[in-house]
Amino acid sequence: MKLKDAFMSDSKRPHGLQPTRLLRPWDFLGKSTGVACHCLLWIALQPALKFNGGGHINHSIFWTNLSLNGGGESKGELLEAIKRDFGSFAKFKEKLTAVSVGDQGSGWGWLGFNKLQGRLQIAACSNQDPLQGTAGLIPLLGIDLWEHAYYPQYKNVRPDYLKAIWNVINWENLTARYTACSK
Amino acid sequence: MLSRAACSTSRRLVPALGALGSRQKHSLPDLPYDYGALEPHINAQIMQLHHSKHHAAYVSNLNVAEEKYREALEKGDVTAQIALQPALKFNGGGHINHSIFWTNLSPQGGGEPKGELLEAIKRDFGSFAKFKEKLTAVSVGVQGSGWGWLGFNKEQGRLQIAACSNQDPLQGTTGLIPLLGIDVWEHAYYLQYKNVRPDYLKAIWNVINWENVTARYTACSK
Repeated sequence: MKLKDAFMSDSKRPHGLQPTRLLRPWDFLGKSTGVACHCLLWIALQPALKFNGGGHINHSIFWTNLSLNGGGESKGELLEAIKRDFGSFAKFKEKLTAVSVGDQGSGWGWLGFNKLQGRLQIAACSNQDPLQGTAGLIPLLGIDLWEHAYYPQYKNVRPDYLKAIWNVINWENLTARYTACSK
Repeated sequence: MLSRAACSTSRRLVPALGALGSRQKHSLPDLPYDYGALEPHINAQIMQLHHSKHHAAYVSNLNVAEEKYREALEKGDVTAQIALQPALKFNGGGHINHSIFWTNLSPQGGGEPKGELLEAIKRDFGSFAKFKEKLTAVSVGVQGSGWGWLGFNKEQGRLQIAACSNQDPLQGTTGLIPLLGIDVWEHAYYLQYKNVRPDYLKAIWNVINWENVTARYTACSK
């Protein structure tokens, strides 16, 4: 299978994302191509893939994690798992808030599922590093901590943004994600 | 023998601890101009938040981190010292970087440098235009939060452009002596330029304080 065909069959062409934004390595390959040439190209493009690919993955999850009907607390299986792994919903909320407020620079706070250990886990990632690709946790809830996510409204006061965002968390979506990955 | 080594180490540490103990806390430097002085290129709201909130927070948190570091040194708690390193680097770097940044800007800024600095720029980048293009491209291209820098490589006696992540200080992480820094954290431009970082970069060249950059270059290139 040619390199281009392999890439195109693997990549989902996501809504609105221009292929040139991600990568079209075959545009850069000259006539004389060898394995070494391909490898170097793929390696050189890794930062762009990770940054833009991660950004696309993260935001695609984020929009579904929020809802105008959101807020309150989780229920059922997810709530039981939260109590089991963090002690209580309040402690979980406090911890994810603290990790998110404390993140230095641009990044994301995450509630993820550790499939190996069968437990929920909180983590922070830098820039647009995707949770699953870098930490191996399955993403359930992401909180965007880049300044563009809150600055016009909350200025430098990230804690106020964190207080507010709990009012729009879409627990149905999170429960569906948890159910899907915890089987 | 072990106890002699320990005594020798603690004797070396005591003056260091004494120096730390007597050192004054860091403080927020005054801005050399009014918050609105750089308009229309960087608006007053950004400058006020940037200086009185963001930089002030780095100073405050740096003082807290250093106080904890002092305590960890006194106790000989190496684990705690290492655990405090990220806070020291982030807040210390933030204080260093912004202290340089405010002096790099001026309401009378803009245009091009002259004299020795201009000659060095032509020598190391080909022309002022090429240098400006390169520093702009590096600054625009920073992924996430960070800074674009013009620095001086003392070993090689040449100017060099570099980017640093977050608040990593240029000299502490790359060894280059900082001459001109461009803050590309979103808080430095978002309220005015939104996501269009290139527009912020276009604007900031109008307020670069070449006198200050030249003075820094002169001081480090001897």
